[in-house]
Amino acid sequence: MHELSLACSLVDLACQRAQEEGASRITALEVEVGALAGVMREALAFGFEAACRDTLAQGARLVIIEEPAKGVCSACRVTCRLARFTITCPACGAAALEISGGDRLCLRAIEVA
Amino acid sequence: MCTDCGCHPHHPDDTPHTGDPGDGYASRRLLVEAAATAANDETARHNREAFRRQRLTALNLMSSPGAGKTSILERTIRHLAGRRPVYVIEGDQQTRNDAERIERAGATAVQINTGSGCHLEAGMVARAVERLDPLPGGLLFIENVGNLVCPAMFDLGEQAKVVIISVTEGDDKPEKYPYMFRAARLCLINKTDLLPYVDFDPGRCRQLARAVNPHITCIELSARTGEGFDAWLQWLSGLA
Ligand SMILES: Nc1nc2c(ncn2[C@@H]2O[C@H](COP(=O)(O)OP(=O)(O)OP(=O)(O)O)[C@@H](O)[C@H]2O)c(=O)[nH]1
Ligand SMILES: [Mg+2]
Ligand SMILES: [Zn+2]
Repeated sequence: MHELSLACSLVDLACQRAQEEGASRITALEVEVGALAGVMREALAFGFEAACRDTLAQGARLVIIEEPAKGVCSACRVTCRLARFTITCPACGAAALEISGGDRLCLRAIEVA
Repeated sequence: MCTDCGCHPHHPDDTPHTGDPGDGYASRRLLVEAAATAANDETARHNREAFRRQRLTALNLMSSPGAGKTSILERTIRHLAGRRPVYVIEGDQQTRNDAERIERAGATAVQINTGSGCHLEAGMVARAVERLDPLPGGLLFIENVGNLVCPAMFDLGEQAKVVIISVTEGDDKPEKYPYMFRAARLCLINKTDLLPYVDFDPGRCRQLARAVNPHITCIELSARTGEGFDAWLQWLSGLA
């Protein structure tokens, strides 16, 4: 359940940003969840509710933007979408695939009032 | 009022337009673009820098509950007695049991109880190191909470992550928990004294570990008999 701690960090980041702008309330958090970020959506949503309590983000919406996993092969240079974590290139078979996207959990933007 | 979409107040350069004319004051969108672990990563950078200044070699030990982290540390500490100062940060949800075992083995320990928390974070390590006040040239082992998932995602500022798997857990663990094996530089395969009693193929385990992380080193050992400890101690001395 690292999702609770990650949700708290996301809310902290959001509150910092809102305070910088002198906003009094956060109405939404736009969160990018990579397919290989190792984060369960349901657990994140559950942790999010708890994390928002008694903060500027109380009652905020969680907008999840799902980012598909991508890889690029350092042997044949092919880029591909990945269904699961692997280092084997689906095109040339080399164990040379580098994850090039969809492995992050990040706060893209917030909506404030 | 913004001329592009009619919202209010003006957009700072990095703020996209909400496209929400009528009700300008209602909401504004602010870009953030920060990783969820940003604050932890920053503290981990400070830790890493402090470890470098103190010439402290720090290792983050992770495994499922009961794979033998503390047992491996106890034997390691006895081997290193009189050669190198050893410090241990023990992460467990509850109890001081592991810190007490470490102290009996002869090293200085600080116990962190995470309560419901399933992993250590860099800030906890920073505070624990302050309490340890280590001598230069020392070796710091951070025993993470028993868990093969969450600890892999939190940098503590360590020099290397070590994953420990015991032969009673099944040789396909690297395939089931790729993040952990991808993050680790070393994989210790523990409890080899039990190999005659279980269906565990160390060769297959190594192969699956390398399939998610071609750079990983694997060492088989037994904290009970001491078999394989030479290779582990050699790996340790090669680090610093
Ligand atoms: N046979 C055998 N038993 C071992 C070995 N290493 C550890 N054990 C036993 O495994 C059990 C758990 O060992 P610990 O060292 O407490 O494991 P741990 O990973 O520190 O456990 P947590 O901190 O609770 O996650 C104990 O009963 C140990 O005696 C080994 O090499 N061989
Ligand atoms: Mg232990
Ligand atoms: Zn390829």
